[in-house]
Amino acid sequence: METISIRAPSTPSSATKARRSARTRLPAAIALLPTALVVLVVYIGCMLWTVRLSFTSSTLLPKLDWFGLTQYMRLFANDRFVTSAENIVIFGVLFISGCLIIGFLMAVFIDQNVRGEGLFRTVFLYPYSMSFVVTGVAWQWFLNPGLGLQKLVRDMGFESFTFDWLVNQRMAIYTIVIAGLWHGSGLTMAIMLAGLRGVDKDLWKAAKVDGIPTWRVYTSVVLPLLRPMVVTATVLLATGVVKLYDLVVAMTLGGPGIATEVPAKFVMDHLFERNNIGLGTAAATIMLITVVIVLAPWVYARYVRPQGRHA
Amino acid sequence: MSTAVPQGRRPRHLTVGRIGVYAFLVTAALFFLLPLWIMVVTSLKPMDEIRLGNILALPAAMTVDAWSKAWSSACTGLECNGISVGFWNSVRILIPSVILSIIAGAINGYALSFWRVRGANVMFGILLLGAFIPYQVFLYPLVRIFSMTGIYNSLTCIVLVHVIFGLPTMTLLFRNYYAGLPIELFKAARIDGGGFWSIFFRVILPMSTPILVVATILQVTGIWNDFIFGLTFAGRENLPMTVQLNNIVNSTQGERAYNVDMAATMLAALVPLVVYFVSGRWFVRGIAAGAVKG
Repeated sequence: METISIRAPSTPSSATKARRSARTRLPAAIALLPTALVVLVVYIGCMLWTVRLSFTSSTLLPKLDWFGLTQYMRLFANDRFVTSAENIVIFGVLFISGCLIIGFLMAVFIDQNVRGEGLFRTVFLYPYSMSFVVTGVAWQWFLNPGLGLQKLVRDMGFESFTFDWLVNQRMAIYTIVIAGLWHGSGLTMAIMLAGLRGVDKDLWKAAKVDGIPTWRVYTSVVLPLLRPMVVTATVLLATGVVKLYDLVVAMTLGGPGIATEVPAKFVMDHLFERNNIGLGTAAATIMLITVVIVLAPWVYARYVRPQGRHA
Repeated sequence: MSTAVPQGRRPRHLTVGRIGVYAFLVTAALFFLLPLWIMVVTSLKPMDEIRLGNILALPAAMTVDAWSKAWSSACTGLECNGISVGFWNSVRILIPSVILSIIAGAINGYALSFWRVRGANVMFGILLLGAFIPYQVFLYPLVRIFSMTGIYNSLTCIVLVHVIFGLPTMTLLFRNYYAGLPIELFKAARIDGGGFWSIFFRVILPMSTPILVVATILQVTGIWNDFIFGLTFAGRENLPMTVQLNNIVNSTQGERAYNVDMAATMLAALVPLVVYFVSGRWFVRGIAAGAVKG
């Protein structure tokens, strides 16, 4: 009884206050509404729809029957998909590690007080501004055995020189890696260089006093300091790996044969050309699951763990 | 970032090490410049010179025929109107997409950083996660939704798609920028009786120039270079330049006109290259800001 009588007077005032603040916030809520709708319909709705379709027998048109895991079984028995999955692993590992190593080296060498620093930086980064289609077409032209690099070296007198990776089933995926490295290592360089410029000057003086060789300082002291930059670059590059599609389409169209097929292309082909929506959405769902598995530790480390520590 | 100075060891004089540094940098620079060089010289050569000559050599009989052919008469399938069609399509897609996605990002960022709307942070969190999900997961249902509403394969459709998938980056960009502005500014404006929109237009927007520049650079290059959305949503009448370039290069029958292909490629790369060279350090800032920093 008593508690009610104490509470009663305060209730209306806090209610009006809440109502008033709700009214002033109304325009903000309305402004966010379109985005909320997009999040709900596209980012959540379409994703769930895709996952649902992967459990159906849909071919040309979507059906809403129940097909169990049949599409997934078909998927993993499908040579094209297995090759795609292998290719994206090869590409992902080589592309990410390659970009990190080349990018780090370029950043370190640029950081040695060189002349024309701006020029080098500009040259290393310009490919990143261009599209994957442009990148693919340029490398396709340079690496074609008939008129490109192979002919160039042969004309120089090395008659038996062979560089036919682009049309070689076993090696074609590596030409995609080369083109990818050309496109992406400048980005890593830019991120790493920004990190190197943030390293404390005194650290270098201390190292010099102690007589530690420069390369040793870079590998043992500077590199650990650049951890956040390495993580940022890796996340950026990894999202690029998942999206790998245009580069393949422009450079090899998945060929020779199915040698350079990738998951994104597998999904696109099955959804829009091969009229196999069930299989296409199953492949898309596998992509989604893979991304979530890869992303989970990063999200945990970035957002969950730091909060836990504060509390 | 722009005022920082190199912090490597002070160079003494030309030692073996210094020569090594320059050797590495010059070699790397050559690797990055090689494809551009080859594209440019190939586009300026006649076909018989390409067939017989050295791929690196300067053109002996320089000609810009390939460029004019690429621009106005190169064929994609049956139509031979050159890549200029794609260029103008890309322009028509680019302008509304860039403007609308930046407006959306600015309003979202502003609402998220200054107004406590219930559920807004959850929405933002999902949006950010959405940025990592491969597009293939959304495309098919999106196509169905657009066909049901009857705007599939139109300019409206492709612009809408660019705005939708630009939301995570743009919102993040503006939210982070506005979070860095002093909150007192906003509080003072509130005390003066400013509402949601009047504060946005009179106080916040005038302070947003740097981030607007970064957002524009990011969106112009991103949307211009898009391939997959243009292919899926734009429809035959509105195919952007990247899709048309791919059609020109990879669907020709008979002997390929490499000089025309390369001229078309250069034309397709021109807009982002100009943006890159004009914007300089801002471009790097854009990338750094676009990198999800949370």
